[in-house]
Amino acid sequence: MNCLNCCSEKPVIALYSGEKLCKAHFTGYFEAKVFKTISQFGLIEKEESLGVALSGGKDSLTVLHILNKLSKQNPKIKINAIAIDEGIHGYRDKTLEKARDFCNKNNINLHVFSYKEEFGLALDEMLKILDVKPCSICGVFRRYLLNKKSKELKLTKLATGHNLDDECQSILMNQMKNNVQLSARLGPKVGLAQDDKFVQRIKPLYLCTEKEVTAYAFINGLLDDFNECPNVPQSFRAHVRDMLNSLEQKFPGTKYSAINSFLQTLPLLKQQFNADAIKVCAKCSEPSANDICSACVYLERLKNEVPQKYPKKAKLFGNLKI
Amino acid sequence: MGKIKVSVFIDRESRNAKLELANDSIVSDLLKELKINPVTVIVSRGNELILEDETLNDKDEIRILSVISGG
Repeated sequence: MNCLNCCSEKPVIALYSGEKLCKAHFTGYFEAKVFKTISQFGLIEKEESLGVALSGGKDSLTVLHILNKLSKQNPKIKINAIAIDEGIHGYRDKTLEKARDFCNKNNINLHVFSYKEEFGLALDEMLKILDVKPCSICGVFRRYLLNKKSKELKLTKLATGHNLDDECQSILMNQMKNNVQLSARLGPKVGLAQDDKFVQRIKPLYLCTEKEVTAYAFINGLLDDFNECPNVPQSFRAHVRDMLNSLEQKFPGTKYSAINSFLQTLPLLKQQFNADAIKVCAKCSEPSANDICSACVYLERLKNEVPQKYPKKAKLFGNLKI
Repeated sequence: MGKIKVSVFIDRESRNAKLELANDSIVSDLLKELKINPVTVIVSRGNELILEDETLNDKDEIRILSVISGG
């Protein structure tokens, strides 16, 4: 069978709708979907200094690849990539290599910030000290640094590689953990309200499934060897992801339906949870929901527990940057 | 009914496998045999992606690539 989009090429992907597309038509379909998402949700203005959060994985490389194309067509949209080196041995070092390589080849400014330099400890070291869920502490520090550094770089928005699967997982996780107020911050434009303390985060791949992103990355040479964070299998997200994929197999379209329902309720959620004013952390002056931000709370715990648990490593304590 | 032999590389497990399948087997038969949910992978032969209804040939070299984000 040939590509259903009228050409005689062999199809390489079947969409959820049943449509089968060749490489060229799938690339066109995918990019058009991303540009439509950008326009539908007002993600990017005519003039921007855009940051792209780059991990070196397929999602962030795909979003950077497409936004770089957009920037070439619209020179008033400038692109900078930001990568965070959490310090996860055997994982992040590999993906950062891919990120550097891509940015070098495409003449994109890449700014790398590490936990070790910014906080005094790498994630691997933090996890030896604190008995916490790796993804929780890692996420807090990553979001903290991305926002802080985006402001320092005077970026107008920060694009991330979150796709439809990521969003579906977050919605369900929040539902199952009775954290519906966190769902109010989701959506293609992240957060409850615009505030100078936050650089607006946007998700151009919001309506693209993980499978579509992977196929696009494969076709465009952005897909590297599979490399999974060693902390992921322990996460609640991994269980929710597997459950959703199992449902999608049995009932195709489940993920799209979940996102579409969510988009209908999102304005109500944002209205409901918009009352809480964004505070400023008393320690670091970064935005926070509480008097002390989560990053400073974790750093304080590290500061207290290092000397108790690791008296011989107390010198680490001196390196903690609070 | 004849059989075909295919070599498979599963990237998420960094594992190679050799499988014997019935003639005229298609990609979804292979995924079923390996107990892999087709939603979670894309499949390539050579440097080209192939669909789940693509017929496999004897001595095919297939790569099964995970779509799951690494972290």
